[in-house]
Amino acid sequence: MRGLRKAGVVAVFLLPSAVPLLLFIIVPMVSSAWISLHEWNLISPMKWVGLRNYADLARDGDSRAALLHTLEYLVGYLPLVYVGGLSIALGLNRVMPGRNLLRGVYFLPVVTSWVVVALVWKWLLNPSSGLVNDLLGRIGVPGPGWWTDPAWAMPSVILASAWKDLGYVMVILLAGLQSIPAEYHEAARIDGAGAWQRFTQITFPLLTPSTYFVVIISLINGFQVFDQVFVMTGGGPAGSSQVLVERIYDQTFRYGQVGSASALSWVLFVVILGVTLVQGRLQRRWVTYA
Amino acid sequence: MRSPLPRRLGWYLLFGTGAALMLFPFLWSVASSFEPAGSVLDKPRLIPRHPSLDGYRTFLSALPFWRLLANSMGLALCSTVLQLVTSSMAAYAFARLEFPGRRVIFGIYLATMMMPLQVLVVPLFVEMKQFDLVDTYAAVLAPTIASAFGVFLLRQAIVAVPRELDEAAVMDGAGHLRIFATVILPLIRPALATFAVFAFMASWNSFLWPLVIIRSPEFMTLPLGLSNLHGQYTTEWNVVMAGTVLSVLPIILLYLAAQKYVVQSTALTGLK
Repeated sequence: MRGLRKAGVVAVFLLPSAVPLLLFIIVPMVSSAWISLHEWNLISPMKWVGLRNYADLARDGDSRAALLHTLEYLVGYLPLVYVGGLSIALGLNRVMPGRNLLRGVYFLPVVTSWVVVALVWKWLLNPSSGLVNDLLGRIGVPGPGWWTDPAWAMPSVILASAWKDLGYVMVILLAGLQSIPAEYHEAARIDGAGAWQRFTQITFPLLTPSTYFVVIISLINGFQVFDQVFVMTGGGPAGSSQVLVERIYDQTFRYGQVGSASALSWVLFVVILGVTLVQGRLQRRWVTYA
Repeated sequence: MRSPLPRRLGWYLLFGTGAALMLFPFLWSVASSFEPAGSVLDKPRLIPRHPSLDGYRTFLSALPFWRLLANSMGLALCSTVLQLVTSSMAAYAFARLEFPGRRVIFGIYLATMMMPLQVLVVPLFVEMKQFDLVDTYAAVLAPTIASAFGVFLLRQAIVAVPRELDEAAVMDGAGHLRIFATVILPLIRPALATFAVFAFMASWNSFLWPLVIIRSPEFMTLPLGLSNLHGQYTTEWNVVMAGTVLSVLPIILLYLAAQKYVVQSTALTGLK
């Protein structure tokens, strides 16, 4: 009787979260794997094709291109946002009047939705009447076509994304900087270490746990990049900026290739998992814990 | 130790300029939103020469703005409250109740954190179709009822509460539900606030899932409505910018009111 009552208590506390997690994460996960083994357009009955969707993906130029564009995004975005965020964090990590106000301003884009950020930047980077090209024109530089030019579409997305996330990286790194004991710096100063030396020998090594965190989160989020690309370029022009999640979206809702979209989802999941695991292993070599 | 004056001035110049660059896109969208209709091909200025409300008028007639605002606000509030309730209860179970399989079940909870919504969009859509929930508020809310991340975060907070406090309540004859509600919850208020900010922002800014599941304009959220509007008014930037200004205002006001919590929430959870 007591055991039964105890089980009842556990159920009361656990079921409100267990049922939704089961229904909206675990079941879809399993059904996604199942769908990926079929040919299906959401309407007619599913047709079993085994692993053919996966085999086709390897040969599918559009999906490969989407993977490449996603990597291109990461390669452009990550250094930009990290170096930018680190510079701001280092600068704002000192006691100065107005420091909190400045932090608040740098953080503002983080709370803004991606759709708003994408639209505002799309307007700033408008090739004919946007502000950026107008300013470039005044100093005699012909501005590029930005999101209308296949070569510049992805850089446009990267620029807007880095602007939005700078404040986020800043906050994470500031928290890391504040956990470095001030005595370390003082001891080094007494030993005659200059500012640059203190940065490379103390600050940067002790900041590696936060750096690791920023890198992991940025990689996980970066592989799932969608909103800003969808709004700014729609994957274009001519597919030149289509990323993985957008490809999944298109395959499902435009081309009705749900099986192959599910297969691509699983590839994306495995890639994210793989990158996280590999980073988890690599971190032992470069992350210093104080 | 105070640094010398020229260095301090240099600091303000550098980071003040940086901050101005961060603010500028917002100011520019405000400026452009006051340009009169049809002037968009001319170069807009920071102070429009002929300020007008055309952009706002067209925007408000093209979109049921207040409805979308209420949708976004309502969905974000519901999803925040739901996640607070479900996560704190599960967190209590994992922190305070003894039951067989506790570790395994907690492990499964954590594993679901690895599964990004982006990857689940297709099967979730299929599931909602089977439940006949496509194009409803319920469908938008469904994947945000429970959050393994919230369970994890709040469990950490509950574990840090000294057990003697619950034991005193047990002596008084209180059951688990009462201990949870009257002892634990008040003590983990900071963690609850942190998680609430995080959950609210996640829902307010979510785009892909509403895009997939919502069809009718009256159920749309603000980001979705804006994105659609841009599809209709591709070249009328004053209208689009009026839309961005109106939809960014509520969240900026909220941010200004709760700035400390928002920044803290990011620093603590590492999420945005």
